[in-house]
Amino acid sequence: MGVVGNTLLRLTDLTVDFASQEGMVHAVNRVSLDVAPGELVGLVGESGCGKSVTAGAIIGLTGMLPNATVSGSIEFLGRDLLTLPEVEVRAVRGREISMIFQDPVTSLNPVLSIERLMTEGLELHLGMSHADAVARSIELLDEVGIPKAAGRIRSYPHQFSGGMRQRVMIAIALSCNPKLLLADEPTTALDVTIQAQILRLLRKLSREHKAAVLVITHDLGVVAGMCRRILVMYAGRIVENGPAKSLFARPHHPYTVGLLKSVPRLNEPRRETLQTISGLPPDLAHLPPGCAFAPRCFLATDECWAAEPELEPTEEGRLSACFHWETLREGAAPA
Amino acid sequence: MTGAAATGSATGTTVAGDTLIRLEDLRVHFPITSGIVFQKKVGAVHAVDGLTFDVRRGETLGLVGESGCGKSTTGRAILQLIRPTTGRVLYEGGDLAHLRGRRLREQRKRMQMIFQDPYASLNSRMTIGDVIGEPLLVHKMGGKAWRKAEVRRLLETVGINPNTLNRYPHEFSGGQRQRIGIARALAVGPNFIVCDEPISALDVSIRAQIINLLRQLQRELGLTYLFIAHDLSVVRHICDRVAVMYLGRVVELAENAELYDAPMHPYTQALLSAVPIPDPEAEGRRRPVVLTGDVPSPVEPPSGCHFHTRCPAAREGLCDVEDPSLLEVRPGRWAACHLITATDSPHIRAGEDDFAVVAEGGETA
Repeated sequence: MGVVGNTLLRLTDLTVDFASQEGMVHAVNRVSLDVAPGELVGLVGESGCGKSVTAGAIIGLTGMLPNATVSGSIEFLGRDLLTLPEVEVRAVRGREISMIFQDPVTSLNPVLSIERLMTEGLELHLGMSHADAVARSIELLDEVGIPKAAGRIRSYPHQFSGGMRQRVMIAIALSCNPKLLLADEPTTALDVTIQAQILRLLRKLSREHKAAVLVITHDLGVVAGMCRRILVMYAGRIVENGPAKSLFARPHHPYTVGLLKSVPRLNEPRRETLQTISGLPPDLAHLPPGCAFAPRCFLATDECWAAEPELEPTEEGRLSACFHWETLREGAAPA
Repeated sequence: MTGAAATGSATGTTVAGDTLIRLEDLRVHFPITSGIVFQKKVGAVHAVDGLTFDVRRGETLGLVGESGCGKSTTGRAILQLIRPTTGRVLYEGGDLAHLRGRRLREQRKRMQMIFQDPYASLNSRMTIGDVIGEPLLVHKMGGKAWRKAEVRRLLETVGINPNTLNRYPHEFSGGQRQRIGIARALAVGPNFIVCDEPISALDVSIRAQIINLLRQLQRELGLTYLFIAHDLSVVRHICDRVAVMYLGRVVELAENAELYDAPMHPYTQALLSAVPIPDPEAEGRRRPVVLTGDVPSPVEPPSGCHFHTRCPAAREGLCDVEDPSLLEVRPGRWAACHLITATDSPHIRAGEDDFAVVAEGGETA
C-alpha cells in the first residue's frame, strides 16, 4: 500500500449500516483501501456487495440518507471527510472528487439544457462568469468527443444518444479538474462498441488530467484492460486487493477464482460446462458469523465458519481475506 | 434428431440437423404516426429489414448485435408475437405468418420464449405453481391433478424445490426466477425456444448456473434454441452457429468456431475486438478496432450498406450506393459485404487472414 505522502484517498474501516425492517443491513463492512494520485483502481463485485455504497459514502451520498450510519474514516489528501465541517466538505465533493453514474439516461436532469448542466459546477465551484463557463464547457465537450459542441450546447439530454449522454456526464465530472473520479458502472448501460469508446476516453482523460479513477463494476473484463490494481468485494467487505496482472493470473481468494472461472472468455477454448459458484450471495441483514463466503466456498473448513478472516498481506503488494490462500497458491481448484 | 446430436455440438462440430425454421425476407416495420385524432403515417422504423436464414433442428443459433439492431423483434416475429410486415416464417415448412386463432395457438405449443428480465416477466400476484401451470391451462392440457404433478416435475427439472410451488415470485432470487421462467416455457413441451437475453439481468456468479441449465435441458429434451444476446463471449460458449445483425439485417452468419476465429465482416471484427477479456495480459496484446460514432437511426437507415457510415474499410461509390446481399462465401459461411463478396475485391480472402479487412483503415489503440 502507498506511503502517506503518496495517498490521495484512504478509507480506514469504512462501515455503512442501513436500518431496515429486518434489522441492521451491513452494506459496507470495515472497508480499508488506498488510492494513489492518478491511479486507476477497479472495484469489482456483484450486485449488493457494497461497491456502489462505498462510492456513495466517498462522495457523501449515503450520509444524506436518514437511515444510514457511516463510521470509520474517509481521508482525502489527509483530511477526514466524515469529520470535516460541511462547508469544507462541499468544496471537496463535486470539485476535487466527482462521479459518473451508470445510467446516463436517468442521471442527467431532462429539463435542463446541456449548457445549464455543464456550467453549474464551473460557476459554483470555480467562480467562473457564465460566459467563461460556457466557453470552458464547449472545450470540455470537444475533448470528450462530442462533434460540433458549440452548436449543440443548447440541446437537451434527450437529443443525445446513450453513448453521447455518457460523454456529457464525463465532461461534467471533469469540468472542475477533479483529482479523483468515481465511475460507477460507467459502461453497463452501453453497447459493446460504445463501451470500448468510453473506456478509451476514460483512460485518456485520466492520463491527461492526472486524475485518479475508481472504476466500480461487476464486469471483470472492463477493469482488466484499464486498471492497474483490482479490489474484489463480497458481502460488504474487500476480500482481495492486488495488481491486476497477478490477481487475474493467480487469485488469492476463492471468490475471485469463482468469478473468473464462471465467465466464458474469447481467448480460451470453449468448455462443455461453466464452473459455477454454488448457492446465492448472503443476506446482508443476517450474515453468517465466520467468513461470509464460507457457505459457497470450495475450500471452507470449520475455521472459516467460526471466525472472520482479516484482509492481510499475502505476497508483495497483495492482500487477501482468506485463511486458505496458500492452498490456492499451490493450485487448488474447485471440483 | 434428438438430444444426442446436440451433445456433440459443445466442441463446435456441425449439427447436421434439417431445417426447423426458415425465415424468408422477413420484415417488421413499425409505423411512425403524427396527429392525435387523425393519425397519419409519416414514416416507419425498419426494425427488421429483410432477413433470410434457417434455424436447424437441435442447434443453438446465436443472434447477436447491439441494442436497436432488431434481434429481439426478430425473435418475437418468429413466434408471431409481433406480426411481420412482409415475408414468411416457415415452421417445419408451414407458414406461421398467416395462421390465426386456434391453429396459431396449436403451433405455439411447440415454440416458447424465455424473457430477459425475470423480475418483470413473472406475474407477481400469481404463485409460481400458477405461473408455470398457466400455459397448461390455456392449452387445456390434462386435469387438475395431472397439471399439479406436472408443475412439480417441471420445478424439479429446473432445480427448484417442488414444495415451494405455493410461493410468490418475490420470494425468489433473480436466478431462481429465471429458472421459473424456463420451467414455464418448458411446460407445454416445445421443441423450439427463443431465449431473449436470458442471463443479462443476472449476477455474474448466477449466469453460469443458468447457462449450464439451458445446455443440460437442450441435451435432455432435444431443444432448438434461438439465443438472442449482446454478450459475445456467452454466445461463443453456448451457440453452434452465430448470426450477427446490424440495423435490421444479418451481416454475417457462420459456424461458431469460424466466426470467432476469423470474422469476415468489418462489423463482426469490430464487435469482437470490443469485447473486454478478463485477462490483463490478453487485453494488452489486443489490437482493438474501435468504431467511431453511434448506430444510425433505423427510421432512415443509411443508403447502400447500412454499416458504411461507421465502417473503417468502406469504399466510396460502392458501399454507400449499393446494397450488399447476404451471400454464401464458403459452404455454410454467409456475409453481406462488398469487400468480401465482390469478385474483383482485393479483400476476397479476408476471412482467412485475421482482421485483414480493417487492418489498414482501422483505428488501432
